[in-house]
Amino acid sequence: MTRGLVLAAAIGVLSGCASTADRDPRDPFEPLNRGIYRFNDKVDTAIARPVANAYQKGVPAEVRGRVRNFFGNIGDFFIGVNNFLQGKFEDGVSDWARFAFNTTIGLFGIHDVATDMGYEKHNEDFGQTFGRWGAPSGPYLILPILGSSTVRDGIGTGIDLYVDPLTEVRPYHLQYGLAGLRLTQTRADLLDASRILEEAALDRYVFQRDAYLQRRRSLIYDGQAPREKEPEDDTDKDKKPR
Amino acid sequence: MTLTKIRSLASTALAAAALVAAAPVPAQDVAPDQLVKTVTLEVVDLIAKDKEIRSGNRAKLVQLIDAKVLPHFNFHAMTALALGQSWNKANPEQKKRLTEEFRTLLVRTYASALAAFSEQKFDFRPLRAKPSDTDVTVQVRVLQPGAQPVPIDYSMEKTATGWKVYDVMVGGVSLVANYRTEFNNVVRESGIDGLVKNLSTKNRALEGAGLEKK
Repeated sequence: MTRGLVLAAAIGVLSGCASTADRDPRDPFEPLNRGIYRFNDKVDTAIARPVANAYQKGVPAEVRGRVRNFFGNIGDFFIGVNNFLQGKFEDGVSDWARFAFNTTIGLFGIHDVATDMGYEKHNEDFGQTFGRWGAPSGPYLILPILGSSTVRDGIGTGIDLYVDPLTEVRPYHLQYGLAGLRLTQTRADLLDASRILEEAALDRYVFQRDAYLQRRRSLIYDGQAPREKEPEDDTDKDKKPR
Repeated sequence: MTLTKIRSLASTALAAAALVAAAPVPAQDVAPDQLVKTVTLEVVDLIAKDKEIRSGNRAKLVQLIDAKVLPHFNFHAMTALALGQSWNKANPEQKKRLTEEFRTLLVRTYASALAAFSEQKFDFRPLRAKPSDTDVTVQVRVLQPGAQPVPIDYSMEKTATGWKVYDVMVGGVSLVANYRTEFNNVVRESGIDGLVKNLSTKNRALEGAGLEKK
């Protein structure tokens, strides 16, 4: 199935290659990425967004909240692992406390009792851990279906998926059902963001890329990223005497 | 040159007059973090009370943002920062047009974001700055159930007419920086006028879409 998707994406790329003379140094594969972006966009428009919209309209907010909590709770365990790997032991302990309280008192995670107890949810993954260890992001990538990534974050996502407990769930139809529900919930939570992106951007691809790269940088530094230097592409030209 | 000066003076005076009329306390005296808190809570409260806005009346929401929030933004600075090097290549007329169009676009974006967040709780962080500072970051966090809080950082600068926002960072993404690549791409391909045209087309399209919905 995955192979089919990659193939379909590759065909999308070949059919509409746009070549740009001066490419962004962070995005050397822009033509390829734009192809996969268009493919993802088609899948999103045809399937993911309508399903997420229907889910948001048809399922009460309270139930959606529990679904979000349930999958979020499973995530908290690995968020803790990543905090430990990054040497942030206090955060890691807090994440595992969340996992412990929410799994038990919170009935398998459907109630987020830990937040009310003062254990705040964190955002970590293996891509961030590699970044914290000093790995550069590498070129920007658009992954089929999964969307914005980089070489580093893509490898991170691979590990995230490899350790994902959902892959252990049997029978398979239950596993696919849960995976589908999680995807739907995730997409539904992004409905506002994707609408804002559509309104705000002149070129959605560029806007989304820059936002992703900024966001990841901020997450690696846990929101305390030092200010980035201003780009100085034309500075030299302007400084020359006229 | 003189004309721009007069124009900017006039608009500053106008903005100042509007502020004085709107706020009981002179805006210059309000601390930046207090300003962000007051305005945010007021706007969220107004949205919550307004049935039309809550049922999706975008025009009315934009109007509200325009009246309550925008006087505290420095769009001239935001546009200049977003254009980076290209700003110096624009003539005064182009700068004016760019600022107007960028303002319109940002208002809509900001309105959408605020509408999405309006039902959440806000956590206003204490300001970490010296009283003598003239450039500060005011931090607010949006607390959402079952997810990591979304930090919103307002970069603010002290001016004669009070503290003004010149950049907003949502979840670590600077709005101004995010437009820079886009803007420079368009300027490289079709010049400053191309960017003005591009922005204006985008704004007109959004206006049309908004009318259709309502």
